[in-house]
Amino acid sequence: MLQVATDPMHQFQVARWIPFEIGGVDLSFTNSAFFMVLGVLLIIGFFAWALSRPQTVPSRKQSLAEIWYGFVAGIVKDVNHDAGKPFVPLIFTIFSFIFVANILGMLPYAFTSTSHIVVTGALAIFTFLLVVVIGVWKNGFGFLKVFVPSGVPWYILWFVVIIEVFSFLSRPLSLGMRLFANMLGGHVALKVFAGFVPQLITGLGILGAGMAAALVMPLVIGVTALEFLVAFLQAYVFAILACVYLNDALHPGGH
Amino acid sequence: MEGLNLIAAGLACVAMAGAGIGVGTIFGNYLSAAIRNPSAAQQQFGNLIFGFAVTEALGIFGFAIALILIYAPPG
Repeated sequence: MLQVATDPMHQFQVARWIPFEIGGVDLSFTNSAFFMVLGVLLIIGFFAWALSRPQTVPSRKQSLAEIWYGFVAGIVKDVNHDAGKPFVPLIFTIFSFIFVANILGMLPYAFTSTSHIVVTGALAIFTFLLVVVIGVWKNGFGFLKVFVPSGVPWYILWFVVIIEVFSFLSRPLSLGMRLFANMLGGHVALKVFAGFVPQLITGLGILGAGMAAALVMPLVIGVTALEFLVAFLQAYVFAILACVYLNDALHPGGH
Repeated sequence: MEGLNLIAAGLACVAMAGAGIGVGTIFGNYLSAAIRNPSAAQQQFGNLIFGFAVTEALGIFGFAIALILIYAPPG
């Protein structure tokens, strides 16, 4: 018989599948790592399969790959215009990784690697450092203009600069936190709602089973549908914010 | 004083009320603007999502504080 954990936080436990350690650093292959590797292999496999025989008039599988790529390229084009062209592959990689990791997490018994702050935080810190490095590399000291918005009178400028510095430094925090908290919160809510079913049946017997079927099941289906929307939306939000932050590096002081 | 951190965690969730007002304002205004001028709506979708994400972050900070208070209470 299959044992099911009723604790809503149980699904986020990281389990070591292949214990592995180098110089006191734990590098075990965990269930989190497995689902990240699986997601990357799925993306590579899908695009290798869909674009195996590219045609001028795309086939169905090829147009699916083209819609996916064109969607991300469209985000970059809308936000960064032509200056963002070199960053399309990067944004595409970030979007696809988060999107596939989120969707994989929706499968029953799968692990959501994006529901851990260490994964989302690493992505966010990478994005933040990339913006700083590109900004300094392209503009030198001119990058500091990102803290000084134009058209602000001098007597409140010093205060605005302080706010801008804090808002700039809180970016990796909010970027990583948003994805992590959305995935965590959604999955906990899903589990709590699903937990109503065994509680009703053990508490009220046949009446409880009827109530679960009539009331709880539609709710759980609705929340699951909403979670699929959130899985896509959070990947989209991460991509669009990465583009907006990159825009600061490309054109500092342009806001 | 056992369990006060749980009350504090509940209070931290008040941040979600603010995020709710903010997100509602953004989507409501987008919708009313989109009904007035549907042809311009599509170009502003990116701005809508950006505003939504930035507003939502504040609610999520409250959620994070609630999690800290439950699972790693200071003191």
